[in-house]
Amino acid sequence: MNPFCEIAVEEAVRLKEKGVASEIVVVTIGPATAQEQLRTALALGADRAILVESADELNSLAVAKLLKAVVDKEQPQLVIMGKQAIDSDNNQTGQMLGALTGFGQGTFASKVEVAGDKVNVTREIDGGLQTVALSLPAIVTTDLRLNEPRYASLPNIMKAKKKPLETVTPGDLGVSTASTVKTLKVEAPATRSAGVKVKSVAELVEKLKNEAKVI
Amino acid sequence: MTILVIAEHTNAALAPATLNTVAAAAKIGGDIHVLVAGSACGAAADAASKIAGVAKVLVADNAAFAHQLPENVAPLVAELGKGYSHILAAATSNGKNILPRVAAALDVDQISEIIAVESADTFKRPIYAGNAIATVQSSAAVKVITVRATGFDPVAAEGGSAAVEAIGGAADAGKSAFVGEELAKSDRPELTAAKIVVSGGRGMQNGDNFKHLYALADKLGAAVGASRAAVDAGFVPNDMQVGQTGKIVAPQLYIAVGISGAIQHLAGMKDSKVIVAINKDEEAPIFQVADYGLVADLFEAVPELEKLV
Repeated sequence: MNPFCEIAVEEAVRLKEKGVASEIVVVTIGPATAQEQLRTALALGADRAILVESADELNSLAVAKLLKAVVDKEQPQLVIMGKQAIDSDNNQTGQMLGALTGFGQGTFASKVEVAGDKVNVTREIDGGLQTVALSLPAIVTTDLRLNEPRYASLPNIMKAKKKPLETVTPGDLGVSTASTVKTLKVEAPATRSAGVKVKSVAELVEKLKNEAKVI
Repeated sequence: MTILVIAEHTNAALAPATLNTVAAAAKIGGDIHVLVAGSACGAAADAASKIAGVAKVLVADNAAFAHQLPENVAPLVAELGKGYSHILAAATSNGKNILPRVAAALDVDQISEIIAVESADTFKRPIYAGNAIATVQSSAAVKVITVRATGFDPVAAEGGSAAVEAIGGAADAGKSAFVGEELAKSDRPELTAAKIVVSGGRGMQNGDNFKHLYALADKLGAAVGASRAAVDAGFVPNDMQVGQTGKIVAPQLYIAVGISGAIQHLAGMKDSKVIVAINKDEEAPIFQVADYGLVADLFEAVPELEKLV
């Protein structure tokens, strides 16, 4: 599971343990093998799972549209997602779902507090931290420091096999997953030439001054 | 072809990343308009009008835009953006927060964190923590793009004389409210714009020991950064983190002290011109990317370095 998504599942489980959330539904979009990630989330404490089965590699907007259809059906008060997937590094889906649902968004969250019909989200921003209050329903995307995800215990892994897992297709949800962006090629980045080891601080300073000329 | 650049600003001043974003717009080609959405943001708008190469500055001055809440700003940008070929914003925490909401409102895909412009519709961007570079092409009517500042040399902040035009538009969507913020205070240069960066990792052992790095940084006029390990251990605040999930820097000189060089950290600094590593573990992966490596105890090497520079 994407590390930011693990943090999202953990936060949902903690909200349920505090009595704030009544039910946790986990959703993923991908090939049939993505069921394994859903079972992991169920073992961590989610109640039921939905797999939107699609063999195609989907862009963030298509994913957000599929999630919008699930949100319309399930009517959650809070949607928690990771801030970015560490393969595409896009950091888009939560914000896009915000636009499509009209919900407020608390991105890059390091603290989430539900109070009545509002959620206060502390966000990691470039200069420090910012707190916003969002009306529920709302979307939260997780940053690394929100929590420390737990491990699934063996009994819970066994129990998770019996929890409900529903499979739907983009067609069932009436969503077109066409994209306006295509990848032309993927290449390795330019490699750095090998450096040298210096023997002393004096030699380092000499090289930085006279060879690299950076100080 | 006209390009809309969303200004990154604090209402009172323009953030440097705006200049890198305008540079990316200039590479695409066409007229460049800059949108300054904020509250009492006249000073930022004036600064934007002086940027070299900017044809027009649009100012949306409204209390609802004071803290750049995406629920309020994104509808404004999406409505305005329909008339443009490209919408660009810096890949800062603010740009990343707002722009995907704009893209979805326009029903187009977004291209995140470009590092190069191949043509008006083709761009390069890093994926897998910078371990691969993807070339992507967009057929969207409006191309929505965030720009990695370190990929583009900034345009001149002075020399332009763009017309400034006030615009109205969307206001408070009533979904969100600003509660407060805690900003780290520092007299040192801003991390992403500094020419020299000195960073510490787990090897610093505690927050107090960062004083050695601050002393060295002050001598060099450098900014101070950190690895995720140092942030998670509570040595320093999170806004100092350099890496895949923190800030991306590409200074002239990057000095990594007590940092092993995990892949996620390298993603944030491996485009630095010269990299120096100081680490007592000669097997540390950081030495594979360092131009100059010193195997030494940092508690002896850093104070000595501070004396000699």
